[in-house]
Amino acid sequence: MTDITAHWTLALPEIWVLSMACVTLLADLFFAEKLRDIAAVLTGLTLLGAAVLTFMLMGQRGTAFAGMFIADPFANVINLFSYLAVFLVVIYSGRYLRERGLYRGEVFVLLLFALLGVMIMASGGNLLTIYLGLELLALSQYALVAMYRDSLMATEAGLKYFVLGALASGLLLYGMSLLYGLTGSLDVRDIAAGLVNVTGANLVLVFAMVFITAGIAFKLGAAPFHMWLPDVYQGAPTAITLFLASAPKLGAFALIIRLLVDGSYGVMAVWQQIFIVLAIASLVVGNVIAIAQGNIKRMLAYSTVGHVGFLALGVLAGTLNGLASALFYTVVYVLMSLAGFGMILLLTRADFEAERIDDFKGLARRKPWYAAMMLIIMFSMAGVPPTVGFYAKLAVFQAVIEAGYVWVAVIGVLLAVIGAFYYLRVIKVMYFDAPEDAAPEIARDDVAAAFMSVNSVALLILGILPGPLMAFCIYALQGVI
Amino acid sequence: MFLFDWLRLFPALPIYLAIPLAPLLGSLIAGLGSRQLKEKAHWAPIIGVAVAFYLALFVLWQVTQGVTFYGNVYTWGVMGNLPLHIGLDIDALTAVMLVVVTFVSLCVHVYTVGYMHGDPGYARFFSYIALFTFAMIMLVMSNNFLQLFFGWEAVGLVSYLLIGFWFQRESANAAAIKAFIVNRVGDFGFLLGIAAIYSYCGSLDYRTVFAQLPNLVGHTVTIIPGHPWSVITWIAILLFIGAMGKSAQVPLHVWLPESMEGPTPISALIHAATMVTAGIFMVARMSPIYELSATALAVVLMIGAITALFMGLIGLVQNDIKRIIAYSTLSQLGYMTAALGASAFSAAIFHLMTHAFFKALLFLAAGSVIHAMNNEQDIRKMGGLRRYMPVTYVTFLIGSLALAGIPPFAGFFSKDLIIEAVGLAHVPGAGLAEFFLVAGVLVTALYTFRLFFLVFHGQPRMDAHTRAHLHESPWVITVPLLALTIPSIYAGWAYIKPIGLGSFFQGAIPVAQQWNTIGEIAAHWHGSLSFVMHGLISLPFWLAVIGIITAAYLYLILPGMPVVLARALRPFTWILEHKYGFDALNRVLLVNGVLFFGRLFWRVGDVRIIDGIMVNGTAREVGKAALSWRRVQSGYIYHYAFAMIIGLIMLMTYFVVMRG
Repeated sequence: MTDITAHWTLALPEIWVLSMACVTLLADLFFAEKLRDIAAVLTGLTLLGAAVLTFMLMGQRGTAFAGMFIADPFANVINLFSYLAVFLVVIYSGRYLRERGLYRGEVFVLLLFALLGVMIMASGGNLLTIYLGLELLALSQYALVAMYRDSLMATEAGLKYFVLGALASGLLLYGMSLLYGLTGSLDVRDIAAGLVNVTGANLVLVFAMVFITAGIAFKLGAAPFHMWLPDVYQGAPTAITLFLASAPKLGAFALIIRLLVDGSYGVMAVWQQIFIVLAIASLVVGNVIAIAQGNIKRMLAYSTVGHVGFLALGVLAGTLNGLASALFYTVVYVLMSLAGFGMILLLTRADFEAERIDDFKGLARRKPWYAAMMLIIMFSMAGVPPTVGFYAKLAVFQAVIEAGYVWVAVIGVLLAVIGAFYYLRVIKVMYFDAPEDAAPEIARDDVAAAFMSVNSVALLILGILPGPLMAFCIYALQGVI
Repeated sequence: MFLFDWLRLFPALPIYLAIPLAPLLGSLIAGLGSRQLKEKAHWAPIIGVAVAFYLALFVLWQVTQGVTFYGNVYTWGVMGNLPLHIGLDIDALTAVMLVVVTFVSLCVHVYTVGYMHGDPGYARFFSYIALFTFAMIMLVMSNNFLQLFFGWEAVGLVSYLLIGFWFQRESANAAAIKAFIVNRVGDFGFLLGIAAIYSYCGSLDYRTVFAQLPNLVGHTVTIIPGHPWSVITWIAILLFIGAMGKSAQVPLHVWLPESMEGPTPISALIHAATMVTAGIFMVARMSPIYELSATALAVVLMIGAITALFMGLIGLVQNDIKRIIAYSTLSQLGYMTAALGASAFSAAIFHLMTHAFFKALLFLAAGSVIHAMNNEQDIRKMGGLRRYMPVTYVTFLIGSLALAGIPPFAGFFSKDLIIEAVGLAHVPGAGLAEFFLVAGVLVTALYTFRLFFLVFHGQPRMDAHTRAHLHESPWVITVPLLALTIPSIYAGWAYIKPIGLGSFFQGAIPVAQQWNTIGEIAAHWHGSLSFVMHGLISLPFWLAVIGIITAAYLYLILPGMPVVLARALRPFTWILEHKYGFDALNRVLLVNGVLFFGRLFWRVGDVRIIDGIMVNGTAREVGKAALSWRRVQSGYIYHYAFAMIIGLIMLMTYFVVMRG
């Protein structure tokens, strides 16, 4: 009896989010007419409640449901940052969705289900649970992207994402089945135990690792599995892009930890090699192609590919420091892209998407504080001190060098320099170009602007005081390795 | 002290941190809200600095009770095994500096309200000076070399911004760049010194470094083959080069006179009272290093003594009111540096303090004059102003008496103490240095009262229009003047024992036994009054009196004499008017030389090789690659799927090949 209660207790945040998603769905069905904001408010309450529950469970370690579900600090940390990300998505996108007739309960319910997917991935102790979480997240994302049915681009993006996502899921599943064939278990810890006597010389193991890593790389958006990313980021409504660039990346990072670190740490040498290839390819593709982009959403999509390359550097180091700095990078990336896409959302109007870089021309003169925020965001993405982006890059480079891959770090630094170009171009356009005549007046959105301010100033403050966040990341990963 | 009782309810650390952060907050509010605040922008910085001043007084009081602090606040980052901390060192030296900096800064803030009224850059100006206060506080509170360097560079940056504050003027821009570049030369030495400290001691923390110093004695380093030098001497001299840049010692002094292109409040705050004394403070803080090297002490002493006399001489032939005071600042910084060289660190800090008060007073009073004269700065076009500006007149007189070293004003005590200490010093060259310093007293009195008589006495020489508009300045300008007269009068006799003789700095500024000049003076100390009595029968005092009388004679009684004298002493005045040729030398050797090499490297190295091939070449190639690679992104779903499969197959092939 107590045993069963304990199982349920450990999974309380997940259960709460699931129940609230259903409540939101029903409430929206019956009350949406009268209470327009009910779905958004309920989503906020769900996140708040989940955060309280996670805080209460913080630090507890244990497994539930016959090892299917792991509760540990890592899952807690991923969950907390995901709540924060979804919360900011709700805040930033409200006006945008309303102006386009998308402010409907379905969006929020799907956001909650996607969040649940991330949470399950973070706690997955069995290949089945992990896959379940992954698909829950992915299916919600496909639906969210295609939600804006009036937009041809959004529909196209949704379809592309769905087809390619199915392919990637297939690769991942194939890799998992190879792993099962090799070890005879679906349980992550049993797999780890089963791999003790398997070496990198085993071809089945190598193929299993390649397929699994390819699946993860797709979810992260690492080259050469990144091709969906620019089209989907650009095609999806900006509010949805905002979400795609946030919590799901934390989920993908959880995949790395659960599948590769928890499950296959013994054969690290194999996946380390794959990550070197992925990291360098992503750094090159992301940072170089971004230069040729005129659409800021597309530019940020390529910049995402570049950022994935940097976080892969931390992963390939494979040490506690390396993984902690990769987690740090992921969290910082999520904060930066929330702010970056959030800024695009702030500038949009009902009939104006503000997604060309030219739409930022002369922003410093029209709205100095917005331009200053964008300045911080771009500096942080480019990795200019004292913003947190600098510290994140420094941490991953340090980890790579400690792991003995100096040449990889050199390539990373070179590409960071190339990458600085297109971030700085946005700043140049904002501060040195004259505003375009056609640019519509910037809408008032005080709540979103206030949160944006906190978000961007946080990028600066975290850069000056990175210690606590780093300590938090190390805390999350301490038990894993 | 009932004023501070409530502060004791709080833990110490937040109070310490509030001292730099309050001005920073004020600076941010004034800077970011400049459009909204406009003419009200002064409130946030003034309140911020006032809070800092109040807390600095509290800290000083705490230090007198024996409460000090040394520790790290947080670790910003770790590089290899070098932790980069933000830390605080609160002791007597820091506390005195904090009070001086925040007090002068507060006076200047209030004064600026009147002086900069109506300037289009009003809010920007306040943002800068509050930022300067923050940086200066960070500099003095630091407990490690990295943070010291941060503060050092930050005050330099603000100084650059403020010298070029009126950026529409070409001369202001040129002066700002000159200040920046000359300081870079000094900072280069400073940075090398810090690097040397790290490489020999493995740490940047003051106490760790000081504790390691005894192990370094006897270590040598050979930079010029065949001439091994003591490591400590090298470190001390490299650090001192930094101090020479910041505290404008010969030959890195050339930027300070030109910095007068900035608004007058800046000249008072940054280029007289606080920033330029950062070098003095730094050497005093590093006293454990300097005490181990007689060579370094001798270098410091001679550079200081040369600056004290020869820069003062230039002041005799200047006609711009602010430049005369600027040369006087150079000369007084020379006195402080000489005191450092004589190991009289406490005397240097004492003079730093008194000088901060009376020099800020003189600058602000000069600003008041300039303001009334409609931005005229040439003293040949002034005269007789005492009738129009009584408050400015009296305060300027007090500042002048303090500067000339007439008892009982503050300057007398600190300057006499320095001269006495140098007289007792055993460092090589101390005799010559003492002669320079004593001769400097005469020169100081002469240029100070030349300025004073030409501006305030004699016949008015301004045009009728200016004369009709002459008036005393508003209260926001006169109140800071009056506030500064108080310490200019009493800070000398009141603090010579605790600060000048260093009893207050016990432990904060260690002095080696064999160099302890101040200790010798302290051993025969019979109180301030006897010090004055002794001073009245000594040479420096009478030289000062002679200087004043000569100035009165030449510029009041026989106004034709200076011209005749100047003609008779043509070669000397020519040299002085050309400032010993430092500018010409710089122009010929440095500027032309640097320009020559600069052009060479620019044309060949930069334009052809770096820009042409490496940077632009790479950029072109990257741009081309970007354009062609983006075509891969065709938008067709089967292309994307194909790319994924190819990627997968390549990864698999790679492993199969590696394995086989």
